[in-house]
Amino acid sequence: MQLEYFLLTAAALFCIGIYGLVTSRNVIRVLMSIELMLNAVNLNLLAFSNYLDPVGINGQVFAVFVISIAAAEAAVGLAIVLSIYRNRDTVDMEQFNLLKW
Amino acid sequence: MTLAEGVQLVAFGILVAMTLGGALGVVLLDNIVYSAFLLGGVFTSMSGLYILLNAGFVAAAQVLVYVGAVSVLILFGIMLVNKEQPFTPMKQAWVGKVATGGVCVGLFALLTASTLNTPWAISTEVPSGEMATVAIGIHFFTDYLLPFELASVLLLIALIGAIVLARREFIPDVAPGEAESEALQLPERPRELVSSVSSVSDTDS
Repeated sequence: MQLEYFLLTAAALFCIGIYGLVTSRNVIRVLMSIELMLNAVNLNLLAFSNYLDPVGINGQVFAVFVISIAAAEAAVGLAIVLSIYRNRDTVDMEQFNLLKW
Repeated sequence: MTLAEGVQLVAFGILVAMTLGGALGVVLLDNIVYSAFLLGGVFTSMSGLYILLNAGFVAAAQVLVYVGAVSVLILFGIMLVNKEQPFTPMKQAWVGKVATGGVCVGLFALLTASTLNTPWAISTEVPSGEMATVAIGIHFFTDYLLPFELASVLLLIALIGAIVLARREFIPDVAPGEAESEALQLPERPRELVSSVSSVSDTDS
């Protein structure tokens, strides 16, 4: 098993997440894409932790922090989505231009 | 990790196929409920990858937090805002998709090149294995104590903020007589289905 395999997997997952983040019209799918990108970062951290720092395992500590931040982000993001949905009555990203002009 | 090399490779291949296929399904499928369930599958196979990387505690935390909490939260979000509306087609939407796909492929190529060309200083020490949980605990309460406490404060802030944001601001003005017949309806949802069912039952009775 090589370090590069895990890094390439994480890179592919991150790029899929970016594609979904930019091209999605549905707000919930945007949130899901952000979760995919956070998972890719976690995979990177754990791969570095296992192959470059197997005794200190600082990367695993960082991964736990990332998981907790991601949980908080999902909760606040869904609350914002619910609030916008009540005001605008849609989940279309193209119609959310509240902060644009 | 005490597995043989071939077993690790086969498990890695299966888990990567599940992860990337599920991620593509999350992004590309039309039905968002399928996307949410595929997201749960992606999180589960990611925890398998974490186990391959000798990170048992993080794998358990991944299953608990992502599969158990975030997937369920997203499913609840879908159920709360699930509005059957066709999105109005944008003019030249394919330009944006092609440009984004190009950027993503370019970024992947860049990351691949930099990954393959970097001389990694692979450590030859034996991984700590099951003792990793103890090591993480020692890290949390010695050198990462301040970020650990800040994370707990941040979770509290997120909890209160989510409650404040998602709280229902208004109470609909309904007469007490009709409030009983519409007890199952949320005030902000469209009411075609429930009211049609109730009117049918009223005409039957």
